[in-house]
Amino acid sequence: MKTVRLLLWLPLIAFLIVLGLVSSGLIKPHSTTIQSQMIGRPLPAFTLPSGRAGEAPLTSTGFADDKPRLVNIFASWCVPCLAEAPELMVLKREGIRIEGIAIRDRTEDLAAFLQRNGDPYERIGRDDTGAVQIALGSSGVPESFVVDGKGIIRAQHIGEIRPEDMAGLIAAVQGAR
Amino acid sequence: MKAKNQRLMLVLVALGALTGAALLAMSALRDQASYFYTPGDALRDHVELGRAVRLGGMVEKGSLRREADGVTIDFRVTDGAASVASRYTGIVPDLFREGSGVVAEGRFTAPGQFAADTILAKHDEKYMPPEVAGAMHETKSLKR
Amino acid sequence: MIAETGLAALWIAAAFALLQTLMGFAALGGEGRPLIRAVRPVAVVQALMTATAFAALLLVFWHTDLSVKLVADDSATTLPTIYRIAGAWGNHEGSMLLWVTILALAGAAVALFERRLPERTLAATIGTQGLIALGFFAFLLFSSNPFARLDVPAAEGNGFNPLLQDPGLAFHPPTLYVGYVGLSVAFSFAVGALLTRDIGATFAKAMRPWVLGAWIFLTVGITAGSYWAYYELGWGGWWFWDPTENASLMPWLAATALLHSVTVLATRDGLRAWTVMLAVVAFSMSMVGTFLVRSGILTSVHAFALDPKRGAFILVLLALYIGGALALFAARVATVAEGNRFDPVSREGALVVNNLLLSAILGVVLIGTLYPLGVEAMTGEKLSVGAPYFNTAAGPLALLLVAVMAAGPVMRWRRDELAVVGRRIMVPTAIAVLALVAALLFAPGLHVLLLLGLTLAAGTAAASVAPLWKRNLRRTPLFTWGMVVAHLGVAVSLAGMASESAFTRETLVAARPGETVHVGPYAVRFAAIDPAAGQNFTAVRATLIATRGNADPLTLQPEQRTFDNPPQQTSESAIATRLDGQLYTVVGEQVPGGRWQLRLWWKPFVTLIWAGGALIALGGLLSLLGRILPRRGVKVEQHGYTRAY
Repeated sequence: MKTVRLLLWLPLIAFLIVLGLVSSGLIKPHSTTIQSQMIGRPLPAFTLPSGRAGEAPLTSTGFADDKPRLVNIFASWCVPCLAEAPELMVLKREGIRIEGIAIRDRTEDLAAFLQRNGDPYERIGRDDTGAVQIALGSSGVPESFVVDGKGIIRAQHIGEIRPEDMAGLIAAVQGAR
Repeated sequence: MKAKNQRLMLVLVALGALTGAALLAMSALRDQASYFYTPGDALRDHVELGRAVRLGGMVEKGSLRREADGVTIDFRVTDGAASVASRYTGIVPDLFREGSGVVAEGRFTAPGQFAADTILAKHDEKYMPPEVAGAMHETKSLKR
Repeated sequence: MIAETGLAALWIAAAFALLQTLMGFAALGGEGRPLIRAVRPVAVVQALMTATAFAALLLVFWHTDLSVKLVADDSATTLPTIYRIAGAWGNHEGSMLLWVTILALAGAAVALFERRLPERTLAATIGTQGLIALGFFAFLLFSSNPFARLDVPAAEGNGFNPLLQDPGLAFHPPTLYVGYVGLSVAFSFAVGALLTRDIGATFAKAMRPWVLGAWIFLTVGITAGSYWAYYELGWGGWWFWDPTENASLMPWLAATALLHSVTVLATRDGLRAWTVMLAVVAFSMSMVGTFLVRSGILTSVHAFALDPKRGAFILVLLALYIGGALALFAARVATVAEGNRFDPVSREGALVVNNLLLSAILGVVLIGTLYPLGVEAMTGEKLSVGAPYFNTAAGPLALLLVAVMAAGPVMRWRRDELAVVGRRIMVPTAIAVLALVAALLFAPGLHVLLLLGLTLAAGTAAASVAPLWKRNLRRTPLFTWGMVVAHLGVAVSLAGMASESAFTRETLVAARPGETVHVGPYAVRFAAIDPAAGQNFTAVRATLIATRGNADPLTLQPEQRTFDNPPQQTSESAIATRLDGQLYTVVGEQVPGGRWQLRLWWKPFVTLIWAGGALIALGGLLSLLGRILPRRGVKVEQHGYTRAY
């Protein structure tokens, strides 16, 4: 019977629909999979107002001073940034220079955040549009970049810094002369 | 019943039953599915009191207090900017402490006051609940 | 050396799987009698090679060879021997290798023992089994190599999640895998039959033992898993509707439906297309379950490590196998003649209702499990679906199913009358009414679903033994006994679930040593709290003395354990089992005032839940034996009105 023949294709169609749904769940970018294209390239030029009241702006030209450092992209409203704050303080104690770029944040909120969680940053730049973040090839917060003494981006760490990432990051920064 | 019709009948009955099941499912989902909120979202969205929801964030440092009965704790769940007072009666899962990530299931009994029925913790010292972590997650109440 | 041997064996097995597939399908050409004969030994060799690879993995874990990445990630020299070995399948790569090994062994078993099926269909079946194996070999060899080496051997392993360090671990996953993979055999049978258009009573009789076997293992696996979670997680719950649990429940639901449908096909040559469809669905559920657990797209208490790449690979396999089978189904089954007719009021009709209800429950569980995914994909909203949904949506359907189960077994094949059926179940109905009255009198205020549960459990328990009434018990076929025992098991399990939900008593308190607390009929004295230690943990242990009336006191010693590799704390509950329930005790943290948190439950008749599960599996075993052992002189009439169970 014609009707029966047609109806027999329904299971396959239903399966394909569910498959499509589930596939989209996989394709949606998960936090750790978008790599920056900037690795191996120099820092893009930028000047950002300071995130601390009364301080000088953060400029890219200051990075080629023979000192390797970690550039940490964060925000006071970002929960995993809260989680990685203690690790950043440990890194600072280990002698790693950390520069911060705060995304879409306010000076007062930043001050409160740093007061609560400690301030590991040498300097902080406020990126209110997220333009510098995008220029760096970062797709979210938090992310950290290892930048060598010549201002070249050497490595990217996506997501919050966890205790098990510490040794690798310290080695990466110290090795990036 | 003629043989030719029986297969058709069965197919139609099956279709009917499965459609019925799907409708039943959707109606139950509407009432019983539990949305996830960070403290900022929950305060901004004025979550309906008494409705089963999940609240996620970090346990605010300095906020954990044990009540006199020894089995009830009060603490604040924070997303870095906003925080919600929570209360839980029971034995907390291991590794639940100040500064750790937490997802609690329960209801709001008053604006800003959450009653937790269950505290979820994966048995992993590095637990950051997937809903809370992720570079893409933005607390809606603060996005500009 | 051993690891390289394992890897080599895996490659060779994959090559043989390819050969198996090609030969099996080439035999469809019709001229290939030598091919058909030769494909059997090929399947056996493939299985031997796969088993060799798995044995290599076991050895590597037993010796804690820290130069193998998997061992370094998931094991440690400090582990007790049993967990060093069982750790081989406590991770993604190892468990996939176990899956593939069981798949290969099942294929070999079919090749060696299947005698009823026509040769051409059998060859197509073995070919399909080989095709499934190929996909999983590719997955293992190209994306989840269990034998990958570390350039520098690790000094010590990362250890093994303490929550999984339990005898149940050695038992639960392999049991479930035999179930999942057993359904692959049903799938292969179905595809083979579709390819040769050979769907009838012979096909059903050949497939039935394999379905029964897989189903028994799934039942045991789920029951054991539920009990393990109950005593291990320390929350007193026995089912959490966690995606991983659902991943095992969904194939079980489909397999139960298939079991009943294949009986109709074997006994009455009816429901041909339906049975084939269910065989495809059942294996699909196995694969969907595998995907859910390994891809990280759902948050679960015990999902494996997150990796979208693995999820993508399984998704592709899923699409190819299930999509292919469903397309084959749609294209071919219309050309297969319909089976025998039956009246709506008949044994077949009741089994159709059984199948529809099981499929509806399966649909409800599947929708609830996938819904969070769909919503997040489309709107970015994160939500969760838990017990309230599943109980509301699936609960009534399940109760309805149990009610129908009371009537089905006493119905005649082909045609019966409602009034006559009604008369046959009068006694069970009376018992159900008595139970209802008793519940209303002694436990007023119960939720309606629980009331129904208790009532139906009583009635269906009585109804399940009805087919034995007025029969010569010694000449009743084994498979009839199987049906009776399995259905009784369902009623028993339901009674346990309803009783636990309705009558559990809980006490949560912070107490000082020396104090006494009460829970249910028990007075529990908190006698002492002491330090304790095991091979890889330190602990605090509470000693509780529980007394009830004039009975001897019970001693229970719950613990809080602390592990350091990886750092974790777990709670070890102490449970005392009595005839009428369990006393479940947990100790928590120390709190100010020299007090310790204690959580105590009295759970009446909770053990019936798993006793029922065991009965269900036993019933399945009796049925299986009844079908595969040679029968002595019991003639079973299949036509007209004669009783045919």
